[in-house]
Amino acid sequence: MIKFTIDGFEVEGEEGQNVLQVALDNGFDIPHLCFHEALESYGACRLCLVEITQGKKTSLTTSCNYPVLAGISVRTDTEKVTRARRMVIELMLARCPDVTAIRELAEKYSVGTPRFSLDNDDCILCGLCERVCREVVGVEAISFLGRGSGRKVGPPLEINPKTCIACGACVYVCPTNCIKIEENEKERTIVRWSRTLPLKTCKVCNRTFAPWFQLEYFKNITEGIPKDFWEKCPDCR
Amino acid sequence: MKKIKTVKDLEKVREEILVSRDPDKPCITICSGTGCRAFGCEKVTQGFRDALTKHGLENSIDIRTTGCHGFCEKGPVVVINPQRIFYQGVTHDDTMQIVSDTLLKNKIIDRLLYTNPRTGEKIIKEDDVPFYKGQMRLIFGNNGKIDPAIIEDYIAIGGYTSLCRVLTELSSSEVIDIIKESGLRGRGGGGFPAGVKWESCRNAHGTKHYVVCNADEGDPGAYMDRSLLEGNPHSVLEGMIIGAYAIGSDEGYIYVRNEYPLAVKNVGIAIDQLRKYGILGENILNSGFSFDIKVSRGGGAFVCGESTALMASLEGQAGEPRAKHIHTVERGLWDKPTNLNNVETWANVPLIINKGADWYRNIGTEKSKGTKIFSLVGKVNNTGLVEVPMGITIREIVYDIGGGIPEGRKFKAVQTGGPSGGCIPESLLDLPVDFDRLTEVGSMMGSGGMIVMDENTCMVDIAKYFLNFLKEESCGKCTTCRDGIRRMYEILDAITKGEGKEGDIELLEELSWVVSEASLCALGQTAPNPVMSTIRYFRDEYEAHINEKKCPAGVCRALISYIIDEEKCTGCGQCLKVCPSDAVSGEKKMPHRIDPEKCIRCGACIASCKFDAINVV
Amino acid sequence: MDTRPVDQILKKYNYEQSSIIGILQDLQEKENYLPENALEYISERLSMPLTRIYRIATFYNAFSLKPRGKYPINVCLGTACHVRGAAMVLDRIKMHLGIEVGEMTEDRLFSLETVNCLGSCALGPVIVIGNEYHGKMTPAKVSSTIDQYRKDL
Repeated sequence: MIKFTIDGFEVEGEEGQNVLQVALDNGFDIPHLCFHEALESYGACRLCLVEITQGKKTSLTTSCNYPVLAGISVRTDTEKVTRARRMVIELMLARCPDVTAIRELAEKYSVGTPRFSLDNDDCILCGLCERVCREVVGVEAISFLGRGSGRKVGPPLEINPKTCIACGACVYVCPTNCIKIEENEKERTIVRWSRTLPLKTCKVCNRTFAPWFQLEYFKNITEGIPKDFWEKCPDCR
Repeated sequence: MKKIKTVKDLEKVREEILVSRDPDKPCITICSGTGCRAFGCEKVTQGFRDALTKHGLENSIDIRTTGCHGFCEKGPVVVINPQRIFYQGVTHDDTMQIVSDTLLKNKIIDRLLYTNPRTGEKIIKEDDVPFYKGQMRLIFGNNGKIDPAIIEDYIAIGGYTSLCRVLTELSSSEVIDIIKESGLRGRGGGGFPAGVKWESCRNAHGTKHYVVCNADEGDPGAYMDRSLLEGNPHSVLEGMIIGAYAIGSDEGYIYVRNEYPLAVKNVGIAIDQLRKYGILGENILNSGFSFDIKVSRGGGAFVCGESTALMASLEGQAGEPRAKHIHTVERGLWDKPTNLNNVETWANVPLIINKGADWYRNIGTEKSKGTKIFSLVGKVNNTGLVEVPMGITIREIVYDIGGGIPEGRKFKAVQTGGPSGGCIPESLLDLPVDFDRLTEVGSMMGSGGMIVMDENTCMVDIAKYFLNFLKEESCGKCTTCRDGIRRMYEILDAITKGEGKEGDIELLEELSWVVSEASLCALGQTAPNPVMSTIRYFRDEYEAHINEKKCPAGVCRALISYIIDEEKCTGCGQCLKVCPSDAVSGEKKMPHRIDPEKCIRCGACIASCKFDAINVV
Repeated sequence: MDTRPVDQILKKYNYEQSSIIGILQDLQEKENYLPENALEYISERLSMPLTRIYRIATFYNAFSLKPRGKYPINVCLGTACHVRGAAMVLDRIKMHLGIEVGEMTEDRLFSLETVNCLGSCALGPVIVIGNEYHGKMTPAKVSSTIDQYRKDL
């Protein structure tokens, strides 16, 4: 176990963990929007900044991708941290003034009306959607496109990702809820990527349950599952 | 070309080359760097070839096309050897006369000589030209002596003697000690001690080590690295081979930015020749040391000059930087220990090995040793590449070497360090140029771009220009860099359009703080520098824009008007002809008038007026 | 689609995924832009997700996903050129051709791009039309410089 301190308290972490994980496990409240336990840390949103003293050096750094090391001293509440955090929230709020998660952060950390012109965006480019699609689902249907102030997330040519199986993982992890999913008896659509897939009908109960394309994908990457399995909905299996 | 098997054999090859060359044989040297090519030097070369053929002199007079000579303002540049006669602005039409007069009759052609604007004196020899006289061209001076596509030229001037010494006399740790002792600091912008970096890389875990040459040179206005790679690729390659030996690497990469096709071509030719000679590849010169180099092109992204982004790009990914608490000397390219240095840093290595660390330490200041190549551009008379010892003052560079400001205008500032740097005002003209002094005053050395500005440059516009650049070049990952820079740009844009308001400067300062403190990589961390340094030294200009809605330098279009001086206007109608928005009206021979509603302040009229009758107000 | 030219390029780079930038550059040089079907083919042959290829194609300035004009015009916006008035030259070109940066004229002759420093600062402001450098540009010289390319047809 690796021992270090957060805000003066002694905590323990395991090799391979990052500071944010240990902090959250121990009840420290560090804001974060682009971090997810099941995915690689990325460090894009800059909300999880803390001051870390290692040896003689103290630096302001993101905690989600800083490895736990013996003897480091982490501070989550210094003046520098607070000032940086509030400005990051202000920048996000100016970008996405209608996003609930950001408005809640603004209220919590007393960030008022942004001093910049308000955009009308709903995406903070945290990358969770493209990471879950690539690392967990494995179809890599979307990615970051462009760079700089024009950067966005989407499928190649910004429409209809051809490998997307409409599983909804991206919808689930998105912190701003900007990826919508719609479904009727015939088809499922991941709205943001303009991806519509027809649904398969269950052999037993005759209701539609999952996209054909998705079932074919899982069928191809799994072994030893009876063919029958794919013809029935989860309720009828 | 036969493979050279040992160091002794290389020495023999060198002797053979020197013996076969007559140093007094006349040679026409034509600068053929990208700059002079744009000036049409290839036609000049053809002109010389034709002229020599006409006179039947192809065998008695040599033609050598070289890399950049540095005095770009006066291109195409031709030097007649061995007399070292310097001809400038040479065109195809001059070539016949040069051959028949200078080469055959020893007659100097006055009109092609450089004229000292201060004294009126015509200078004959290259070394006497004031532009060159003030410099210390230890690295760059060799450009004029070699054809980059001919390895024998490099060998003839002593090339690869350092490598021979290293392979026969020095252990890898001894090499590292010499580089450490010399005080060589990275020339790409970071200024990190090269020897220390090499040592950390060598000591890092694992058997596979990489060496990388950063030739991304993204700072707009800087082209030293390009000219070194184009003109003397072997100096860089020799440095890399020595470095690889010291670090224990067998694989190297040169990452050249996409916009430098000639550099890519010339370094490729050089590598080919080295392989044929056996100076790259397996068991180099029978030393047991093996090393080879691949050239990789960038895709057009300034951020790829940052070392972790460069390595991501080499791996075939988007150039997104990575957290730096994991040093690249420990885990860099493909997670292996990697030593990355800038082109100019590598080019210094053979010089240091040859002359020794003590000799090198005698040049420069206490903490910045050696020389630095700067690209001196902008509002300066002698635009070009200059190599000077660290510690020289800005005044000496701009005035003695640079020849001062064109058209008698007033010096306003010099911008160093590119988009990561800052502006240095007139009050600091006597600042000695070295890494630490430049950082102290709010700028930085950077890769060596030095942009001179005069009274007609608006410093608010300059800050806006850099932010516009950075907001497109940012990789876009961090909220603070991506959105912070954009918001700073928006504020500056509003200020230049007359929409600035009270509190804007303070807001810029606050944004600068968070962008520099909270961003992941050096692009974001240094992005506020141009803004902060212009506010520091030119706050009055900001205040004029914000409070008085005026642009003192006469640049920001929303805040200026073009007015025709009726006393000077002769009614020639030129401005009416060139105006793209029909804003000029007037009868022939009568003073003309500009309609401020239609005028878009494009400058076409001012450029066309021969009577200086249009004022910017 | 004739895959032979693409195969040649892939072979030159040993089918290495890490050489994707070089591969795309060669493709762009050949086709004047990056055609969708060529990218799909490369994705297949390299076993590299198409998404990743588009990530790279959109990240780097060198690449165009749209066809470019017969004579691509590149305006240098490096600092030295800026200080010498490059912005005004750019505006004049936009006006003369009626296009914005990133667009192409209707007759497909000219497309407009900007580049951050070509390293020919002594000649600034510089524009490149096709492969030819035109230095010491001024707004007044724009129309004649560009129009000479129309005459070359």
